[in-house]
Amino acid sequence: MAAADELAFHEFEEASDLLAETPDAATTSGSNQLTPQGHVAVAVDSGGSYGAEEEVEESDRTALLQEEKQQPGFWTFGYYQSFFDVDTSQVLDRIRGSLLPRPGHNFVRHHLRNRPDLYGPFWICATLAFVLAVTGNLTLVLAQRRDPSIHYSPQFHKVTVAGVTIYCYVWLVPLALWAFLRWRKGVRERMGPYTFLETVCVYGYSLFVFIPTVVLWLIPVPWLQWLFGGLALALSAASLVFTLWPVVREDTRLVAAVLLSTVVLLHALLAVGCKFYFFQPLPLAHPAPPTQAASLSPDLPPPPTSSAHTT
Amino acid sequence: MAEAAESSGDPGTTSPRPLFAGLSDISISQDIPVEGEITIPMRSHIREFDSSTLNESVQNTIMRDLKAVGKKFMHVLYPRKSNTLLRDWDLWGPLILCVTLALMLQRSSIDSEKDGGPQFAEVFVIVWFGAVTITLNSKLLGGNISFFQSLCVLGYCILPLTVAMLVCRLVLLAEPGPINFVVRFFVVIVMFAWSIVASTAFLADSQPPNRKALAIYPVFLFYFVISWMILTFTPQ
Repeated sequence: MAAADELAFHEFEEASDLLAETPDAATTSGSNQLTPQGHVAVAVDSGGSYGAEEEVEESDRTALLQEEKQQPGFWTFGYYQSFFDVDTSQVLDRIRGSLLPRPGHNFVRHHLRNRPDLYGPFWICATLAFVLAVTGNLTLVLAQRRDPSIHYSPQFHKVTVAGVTIYCYVWLVPLALWAFLRWRKGVRERMGPYTFLETVCVYGYSLFVFIPTVVLWLIPVPWLQWLFGGLALALSAASLVFTLWPVVREDTRLVAAVLLSTVVLLHALLAVGCKFYFFQPLPLAHPAPPTQAASLSPDLPPPPTSSAHTT
Repeated sequence: MAEAAESSGDPGTTSPRPLFAGLSDISISQDIPVEGEITIPMRSHIREFDSSTLNESVQNTIMRDLKAVGKKFMHVLYPRKSNTLLRDWDLWGPLILCVTLALMLQRSSIDSEKDGGPQFAEVFVIVWFGAVTITLNSKLLGGNISFFQSLCVLGYCILPLTVAMLVCRLVLLAEPGPINFVVRFFVVIVMFAWSIVASTAFLADSQPPNRKALAIYPVFLFYFVISWMILTFTPQ
């Protein structure tokens, strides 16, 4: 039937551009009959091929959309519940979208579709903080097996440091970015700036690629560690840049270049800082670094210079 | 049954009948089960209004609460889909377990300030704030479990990990070595899996099916962190 073609889900470029221009337009969330992957379907009028019941459903849907526009106040529980209105498939889809950035594919428009969530950023940051602390401790365990003079300790304070660093990064940097983009809003005609939550979402999901990277950093081969780190940083920064590019494109070249390079630089600082703090380059055949020496308790074997000769 | 079909089949062809005349002929079909059980949710409240608990001895009061806690421990150790943990929730069990775990995990005072294991307060905060965060997450995702019920389940399901901590402490009294570590690792992994299975059996039903994984993952992370603290515990 000819109607079968109309029922298939098409990826409309114009629709996502429409969304870009009117970011406040509410869209219907994916119902299982229309889009099995959980994509959000734009309410496109599919012609007069349906009966009278469809008209009733349409009017119901518009009434529902109008109800959705009245957001509950920020002191109610329902307000925060609207940020967690995601399904498992949607979260997985967003994670996949951040892992594979494509130049034309804007993460905010194609994956978030004006429904940013806080679940992804919050739990990705929590996972990353704990994974950093755990694998950092694991490298110490592995190093101690190679070189028994290194003092092993659980280093529980690193969990606190990791948590605070990552949560501050994912909240303060998007705040600064959002404030800056809103300040420059007057220069842009075509595309409205992202909301604060969408920026937090982009940053949160872009950190996901560091989780497997940190686990791979357990392998004690230095050039391999730098390779993985570089790859992860490239993927993550690319995802950020491709998302921000349509917004800064209409600005002056200088501002766009400075903004994008600042974003990439901060991201690189985070990655390198984590690498150095949690994975202190431990020795293979020469004495332990000075920070380890400071934590050695006094009753341990003589200074590590002698172990350099034995290994 | 045939009567009912006939009487409702031809309402207008025969002579005019009084209103609702056919209702008396309708009988319930044999193959629609009409049985079930009615549970009265206010049962525990009714018990409290009974004034005789004011006059009973202290031993009776304490033993009653201890028996309730013990019964819930049994439900955690042999997890089946039952509602006992949810219906009669209490927070004594989680408190006992958390304090025991934190006491066993805290580093000794001669250890250095910066580099050792967690302090008592750190373990306590992680357990309680972790449980609160998971509960809030579950409620924000739209689960229909109450706040304290969820805290109760998460707290009680720490029991296998507390047992693992006891076993690890005993094993650490023996000489250190790779076998020592392998035994502790194995015990912690088994108890970690047990905790996850137990809490999933109680919590999974409260979420709609398309969000179950989103609600279960933080529980997994929570018990993973506690297992990590137990595994890396080194006595000084």
